[in-house]
Amino acid sequence: MHEYETHDFDVIILGAGGAGLRAAIEARAMGLRTALVCKSLLGKAHTVMAEGGMAAAMGNVYSEDNWEVHFRDTMRGGKMLNNWRMAELHAKEAPDRVRELEEWGAIFDRTKDGLILQRDFGGHRYARLAHVGDRTGLELIRTLQQKAVADGIEVFMECKVLRLLRDEQGAVNGMVGYWRPSGKFVVFKAKSVVLATGGVGKSWMYTSNSWEGTGDGHAMALWAGADLIDMECIQFHPTGMVWPLSVRGILVTEGVRGDGGVLRNSEGNRFMFDYIPPMFQAETADSPEEADRWYDDHAAGRRPPELLPRDEVARSINAEVKAGRGSPHGGVFLDIASRRSAEDIRRRLPSMYHQFKELAGVDITAEAMEVGPTCHYIMGGVRVDADSTATTVAGLFAAGEVAGGMHGSNRLGGNSLSDLIVFGRRAGIGASEFAQGRSDVTIDEGQVQEVIEAAIAPFERESGENPYEIQQSLQETMQSLVGIIRTGSELEDALGKIEELEDRAANVALSGGTKYNPGWNLTTDLPSMLTVSRCTAMGALERKESRGGQTRNDFPTPDPEMGKVNFVERIADPAADTSGVGGTPSIRSITVQPEPIPVMPAELQALFEEAH
Amino acid sequence: MTTLEDATVTPVVLGGARGGPDTPTLRTDRYWVQPVITVVVLTSFVAYASWAAFVNRNYYAGKDLGRDLISPFYSPCLTASCVPGASHSPTISWWTISPALLILIFPLGFRMTCYYYRKAYYRSFWLAPPACAVSDAHGSYSGESRFPLILQNVHRYFFYFGLIFNVILTYDAILAFSQPGQGSGFGISVGTAVLCINATLLWLYSLSCHACRHLCGGGVKQFSKAPIRYKMWKFLTPLNGKHMLFAWMSLVFVAFTDLYIRLVASGTITDYGFHF
Amino acid sequence: MAEEIIRSTQSGKVTMRLWRGDEEGGDFVEYVMPAQEGEVVLDVIHRVQATAAPDLACRWNCKAGKCGSCSAEINGRPSLMCMTRMDTLDTTVPVTVAPMRSFPILRDLVTDVSYNYEVAKRIPPLAPREKTADEVEAGGYRMAQIDVERSQEFRKCIECFLCQNVCHVTRDHEENKTAYAGPRYFIRSAELEMHPLDTNDRRQLLQEEQGLSMCNITKCCTEVCPEHIKITDNAIIPLKERVVDAKYDPVAWLGRKIRNRTKKTASEAAALAPAQGPAAVMPPGGVHGIPQPHSGGTTVVVEELVDVDVNVLSDVTETPDPTSPNNPNL
Repeated sequence: MHEYETHDFDVIILGAGGAGLRAAIEARAMGLRTALVCKSLLGKAHTVMAEGGMAAAMGNVYSEDNWEVHFRDTMRGGKMLNNWRMAELHAKEAPDRVRELEEWGAIFDRTKDGLILQRDFGGHRYARLAHVGDRTGLELIRTLQQKAVADGIEVFMECKVLRLLRDEQGAVNGMVGYWRPSGKFVVFKAKSVVLATGGVGKSWMYTSNSWEGTGDGHAMALWAGADLIDMECIQFHPTGMVWPLSVRGILVTEGVRGDGGVLRNSEGNRFMFDYIPPMFQAETADSPEEADRWYDDHAAGRRPPELLPRDEVARSINAEVKAGRGSPHGGVFLDIASRRSAEDIRRRLPSMYHQFKELAGVDITAEAMEVGPTCHYIMGGVRVDADSTATTVAGLFAAGEVAGGMHGSNRLGGNSLSDLIVFGRRAGIGASEFAQGRSDVTIDEGQVQEVIEAAIAPFERESGENPYEIQQSLQETMQSLVGIIRTGSELEDALGKIEELEDRAANVALSGGTKYNPGWNLTTDLPSMLTVSRCTAMGALERKESRGGQTRNDFPTPDPEMGKVNFVERIADPAADTSGVGGTPSIRSITVQPEPIPVMPAELQALFEEAH
Repeated sequence: MTTLEDATVTPVVLGGARGGPDTPTLRTDRYWVQPVITVVVLTSFVAYASWAAFVNRNYYAGKDLGRDLISPFYSPCLTASCVPGASHSPTISWWTISPALLILIFPLGFRMTCYYYRKAYYRSFWLAPPACAVSDAHGSYSGESRFPLILQNVHRYFFYFGLIFNVILTYDAILAFSQPGQGSGFGISVGTAVLCINATLLWLYSLSCHACRHLCGGGVKQFSKAPIRYKMWKFLTPLNGKHMLFAWMSLVFVAFTDLYIRLVASGTITDYGFHF
Repeated sequence: MAEEIIRSTQSGKVTMRLWRGDEEGGDFVEYVMPAQEGEVVLDVIHRVQATAAPDLACRWNCKAGKCGSCSAEINGRPSLMCMTRMDTLDTTVPVTVAPMRSFPILRDLVTDVSYNYEVAKRIPPLAPREKTADEVEAGGYRMAQIDVERSQEFRKCIECFLCQNVCHVTRDHEENKTAYAGPRYFIRSAELEMHPLDTNDRRQLLQEEQGLSMCNITKCCTEVCPEHIKITDNAIIPLKERVVDAKYDPVAWLGRKIRNRTKKTASEAAALAPAQGPAAVMPPGGVHGIPQPHSGGTTVVVEELVDVDVNVLSDVTETPDPTSPNNPNL
């Protein structure tokens, strides 16, 4: 028998990023015993990396803006694969969520008449992003963190959760994990659980994600019997740093382009004018002169092509580099130095200025940045009910990046922060209401012991695999075979390699004890990384078209039929299979099939037929 | 928790074992250079200023040299013992020792309580701490929370007095354009320039003072409701950033000014110049 | 520490001298790694983890200077490992990396920073004024950009706690931790003091309970701040001056008596607030690091602040043992 401590709550929120914190605040406000459990220190979640802003149709800069325009932009950006109801709720509720942050202490940049200033971003018709310089994510997380602390919410930091627990009816009733600092095990009993664990980007080599982005929530939901949708839709942010190698992948905010920065190839051409897709031709400028007029007055010209949705820009950069017109280190040039004054750049983009100055020795007020696509965000995720964020498993809710559907096949910049606060709040309500209707839960001791046993098994092996090598192989596989441009044969190749890695991961040997042991921490992350990687590769293989975050060389255009379905991944009977890494269901037991997406009601459909 | 009343104090765990070696510092750079320089310069200044204040002569170059130059250490010269021409005001007769000692407490107090000098001498003389991440040399520490260091809070009064002195020394600099008995009675000499530079540096030091920045605008909660004070604050903020520079420049220059006038008044050197 | 020490002076190699150990003690262990272009200290540490020492503990998240997790002392200087480029260090000698000095060690380069989260709970949050009729209509508060810029500077803080670590008030005097908020929380209070919406007057709290006067403005917090926040000049000194306004300046006091005050003092604010006792609004919540006890530690509970009266602010129920073997005073 392994020892562990037990905590009992009504609602447990897993993940203390924007969505998790917002959910906790709401659950606490509803009077429930609420706790936040997070893998890092409070306030360090990946939300801090968001830079540009949060999209909300407040109309402070362009009064023409409203939720309908925002809704339409979101759906079109997602290539209509979105869950329409989520997009609708998001567009309608985001303004209130943003304003409420201000009462909790957030300090956004201001318009001349004192309201929240909004900034232009790719795919958004109007300047819509509430922001603070280029550190909006930090502002969001700090505001919510301070609110949560003031409200007296219990936060359990540096706690890695290994598995969700379920009762006989299959409803989630708790989770088992361990404290990273001490290595001791812990069980949380909960009447409802909110997953707010973020993304999966750490499975790629060049990524803007931190080590935490291992897809724990996606994988745990799957292992608990929940559905994942559209896991193939991965957003590669067009502008990540490419040099020096050690910082490759670190994000360069879209705000650089929103504030006037342009992309050039090695010949000095603004190549984006060559890549305007038909869907966006009507609203995109066709000459640099027209585009430049737009920055000052949106009525004087159409949008510059640099501000097309992220998937379009990332693919275009990829094509330029492949055509041999890239920058010395394999990117393209992002130039704001020649377009804005040095003082302006430092004021509007202070973190970018420091990031390049300190990490690359580049002064962005004097020279162009070298940028290229970097793995950034997963649009797919746990299938949820739009209104309550309930997953297909009772007692389990999901919000933020871990939830799928909101962004379709491609997310617009700025929509993720507003997604966090809109659906974070809804998850808090949904989980609280569920918990209120549920009596006290009891944990199955056997399940707990099995999980703990499997977690410490690597210490009992005399020799075996190095977890860092498995992680690196996985990252290389995903980068080269399931990257921004995919083909069927490579994806099949990738699936084989991931299965091989599963076998290797089951044979990791460790030493050094469980106390703050990063080797062990990584080992316990591997099952989820392998699971989500397999889901992505499977979905990418099945979706035989190019749409948003899924680009297939062998199927280069969108297929209208495929646009009507989600690819759903699930494990039929997860409890029956413990043959995977660390006692999880094997990745081989995941299945994928197309299921129709919800049909948009006529009144919303009509929004797309109006002329621009 | 919405009000200050609800602010609770939470338990703090003390005395956990710390990591790293038990050495005063792991720094390998020459972190001691700056405190040493501070000690040398400040000690030299105090030594020179004390001597200059007690010596009670050669602080004024007057009519006999065709000049009107007074050392900043002795201005305003308020006692009956002031040399003829140095004093411009009714004099205090009961003060019989050096007139400098009557007034130096004000500039001295201004600098002693100055936020920059506090940093400089706490680091270099008190070693609290000598440099960042170098352990301080004290068994216990209460900062500026008790007497006598709680008196540092009077800095702004010394700032007010400092302004009076700046006006007087500016007046002295204007008087330095007079050359009694020479041509039209006006001219410019090296001494004129020295006094003008001295006054300018003292103004810059005073205006860049943190208390000044606070009093002029920093204390305002909403700048948009106080546009003039905001403008002042905006103007003073970059100066405040250079407070350390002005502190050292004005310190060294005020001693140099005294030395220069001393050399002129004693006839050691000639104050070159021209008159109109 | 059984790792073999292999020193190499060959070019193209860097020697990392890393602290290995826990609360039982520890020592530096040297790891020789091939040098690579453009790396930061954290990259090399990751390579050490991936090869020689998979169990080397090191806390990090974003590796882009935005989350403030990887604070450590590099060659004795408190810095972020992800923002310290190897080419700024002298690699002809070993590069020393030690955990932050001021916090209890967990393992290797990782410290228990929960002290900071405890202090954070003592800062009363924003207490915004009511919206005006115009603002209700506009949907949100109106604030001029010039009114928020000062507070925005302080909100750049990434909570790396390097300032809390370097500040000698607690670094060299553990016992002061009960009565000293530290630079990170002074900028938090400054942010709120300068916030155009805040109705609290925080000066008394700062002076009487958060140890503002313990700071002797030696500016190390500013020196180590990776966000280049001018902590001393723009937050601590202005706060000290505000305290002078409230407490040591008869001219300002008289001025306040004559003019009507706009800000509520602590007791007035409480009188206007809904009738809630501190216990009612502060549930037994908390930010929990880990459940492990700190060896040799003494928990000091400072009594709940019920009445903000100048004289009764910090009744300490138990004092730290200055003779504790873990007392870091040198």
